[in-house]
Amino acid sequence: MTKLRHIMNTLAAVLREVFDESAYARFLARTQAVRSRESYAAFLREIECRKHSTPKCC
Amino acid sequence: MKNAFKILIWFFVVVLGVFALLTIALRRGEEINAMWLVLAAVCTYAVGYRFYSKFVAAKVLVLDSQRATPAERLENGRDFVPTNKWVVFGHHFAAIAGPGPLVGPVLAAQFGYLPGIIWILIGAILGGCVQDFVILLFSVRRDGKSLTQMAREEIGRLGGFVAYVAILSIIVILLGVAALIVVNALKASPWGTFTIAMTIPIALLMGVYLRRLRPGKVLETSVLGFVLVLLAIWGGQWVSQNPSAARWFTFTAPTLAVVIIIYGFAASALPVWLLLAPRDYLSTFVKLGTIAMLALGIIALRPVMHMPSLTRFVDGSGPVFAGKIFPFAFITIACGAISGFHALISSGTTPKLIRREVETRMVGYGAMMAESMVAIMATIAACVLQPGIYFAINSPAGVVGKTADAATATITSWGFPVTAAGMQSLAKMVGEQTLFNRTGGAPAFALGMAHIFSNSLGGQAVMAIWYHFAIMFEALFILTVLDAGTRVGRFMIQDALGNLWEPIGRTSWYPSILVTSTLIVGAWGFFLWQGVRDPLGGINSLWPLFGIANQLLATVALCVATSIIIKTRKVRFAPVTLLPLVWLIAVTFTASWHKIFDLNPRIGFLAHARVLSALPTSYETSRLIFNDRLDAAVTAILMILVALILVESVLLWIGIVTGKRTANIKEAPFVPTRFAEEQG
Repeated sequence: MTKLRHIMNTLAAVLREVFDESAYARFLARTQAVRSRESYAAFLREIECRKHSTPKCC
Repeated sequence: MKNAFKILIWFFVVVLGVFALLTIALRRGEEINAMWLVLAAVCTYAVGYRFYSKFVAAKVLVLDSQRATPAERLENGRDFVPTNKWVVFGHHFAAIAGPGPLVGPVLAAQFGYLPGIIWILIGAILGGCVQDFVILLFSVRRDGKSLTQMAREEIGRLGGFVAYVAILSIIVILLGVAALIVVNALKASPWGTFTIAMTIPIALLMGVYLRRLRPGKVLETSVLGFVLVLLAIWGGQWVSQNPSAARWFTFTAPTLAVVIIIYGFAASALPVWLLLAPRDYLSTFVKLGTIAMLALGIIALRPVMHMPSLTRFVDGSGPVFAGKIFPFAFITIACGAISGFHALISSGTTPKLIRREVETRMVGYGAMMAESMVAIMATIAACVLQPGIYFAINSPAGVVGKTADAATATITSWGFPVTAAGMQSLAKMVGEQTLFNRTGGAPAFALGMAHIFSNSLGGQAVMAIWYHFAIMFEALFILTVLDAGTRVGRFMIQDALGNLWEPIGRTSWYPSILVTSTLIVGAWGFFLWQGVRDPLGGINSLWPLFGIANQLLATVALCVATSIIIKTRKVRFAPVTLLPLVWLIAVTFTASWHKIFDLNPRIGFLAHARVLSALPTSYETSRLIFNDRLDAAVTAILMILVALILVESVLLWIGIVTGKRTANIKEAPFVPTRFAEEQG
């Protein structure tokens, strides 16, 4: 049961990383901001150049 | 005792793998269960990972568990973040998994399943996985530098320039061919077109929801988007059955091409948060879910493959694309075995997330094995179809004939029986007007996937839903590559032109955005337009061009890797990257030569132009002749680029080995890691 919980937690962590939720949480921690429209807009501006200047793989 | 048990287990895995491979290779004239392919693949990957990647890690790269990675040394909570290895693995796999391993193996199935399976397994274990692993590690040791930076620093300025041109060419050709696959899947298909059209307002809605209502809740928003997409598929059925609604969503290939070109331009110029980012999330969500579902479907249903192990088209006369197994099977499969594009990801975000050097093996080598497994699944999806149906879908009208009767007669004469009535009933079953002349691989893959799924969930009654789910999945996937690629291409052009005139280099200056977006969309739009107007279906000329460009990028990556290995005085281990490099050179040069000079007009661009020159002059023939000559020129330029970087690399290697040149290593200095005590 503990093993299964560990697998599910890891899977959830993978999904949060893939879908940038972890990156947003790190952004909030780094900038000492709270979850809001403004902080999310600032986060999107920050990742725009980094994330969307890498080609999607074929 | 424990060691003896381990040896016994691995002996069993090897024997099982060899038995499965022999079963696949030696069966002639009888159908085979897809599980043999799965078994052979799993055993081969297990042995490759356990023994070969361990050898590369220990002897060639000498992974150091004491050395801090840039994620640790330069940790900033933004780009450099030490991350759990499984999370990095998932992130890396999601980034490298693209439409290539789904499309290439489907097209290569015209040779039968055997050549594709053998190359996917051998190519991945000895080539693709090694390339991804080695480039990832070298980037980690250079503070996460990109492939272009490493090429410039480790080979020379020419290497950096070639890498830049190769990346830009591959993006342009990839986008052209990707758009062509979508056009061929959606032409005269109101259901598919409606579903894909709906993904645009769904993405816009997701963008607004994510930014205004639930900031940062991406997974929740993606689930919502996925539910809406499922509703769009259901709604598409109604559209296809309602003549007045269907008319609005029934387009010819040229019209669809224009629509996609406009879409590409808009996606490049609109704010990222509004369209591109939500589409990307939605596409990733659908992609990961569908790949997992397909794997479970194959294992649960163990479908039988109807395609023979080898077909008569190994002689080069194939209708899907012309050319013999060597080199065209390798060029066609491309990403499922080795992909130059992966070197960009391995030297992009991933090296900045790696927590410990030893984890590069699992992430780099392991994720490519997973990608290769996707290619195996795509081969299975294509080969569960009756060969006659497979060829009816994938053969262009210019090869098999324009009418259903002509096409079925031609395909039946090849020894693959198929009837016009059977194809009509199949088209009706999946909610399409016709399945003939659907080149590009996507419809055949979708039909194979629908065939597998419908056998377990819902039966033939819901085959149309499964087919359109698969089409939606592929088109969404490909269009995401298209919009992201257009934007990246725009950035690259802005970056280069910015050296000539500074304002054009500003990524947020609108006149620059419009000019450079037009340039990049115009470039891939040209190839797309050429493809839709090609009587041979376009895929015949464009996919090999894409394969050559992709393998050229892999050649650049392997030149960088070999240079670094030689510089570290490990010349005796250089064959680890040198042998795949030599193979790729043989493949790209031979394929390029055939595509330019082969006397068969179905293969050689110049021969095709000569045939057209003999016809009465018209605007149409002049345009086709121009296209052929342009394709020949592009291929020649790619070949010259390979030669240039190769010459520069070989001179460097000879210089280092003979002691005439110093081996300047550009690695970051050693810093001990705080994660040294961790296991694994």
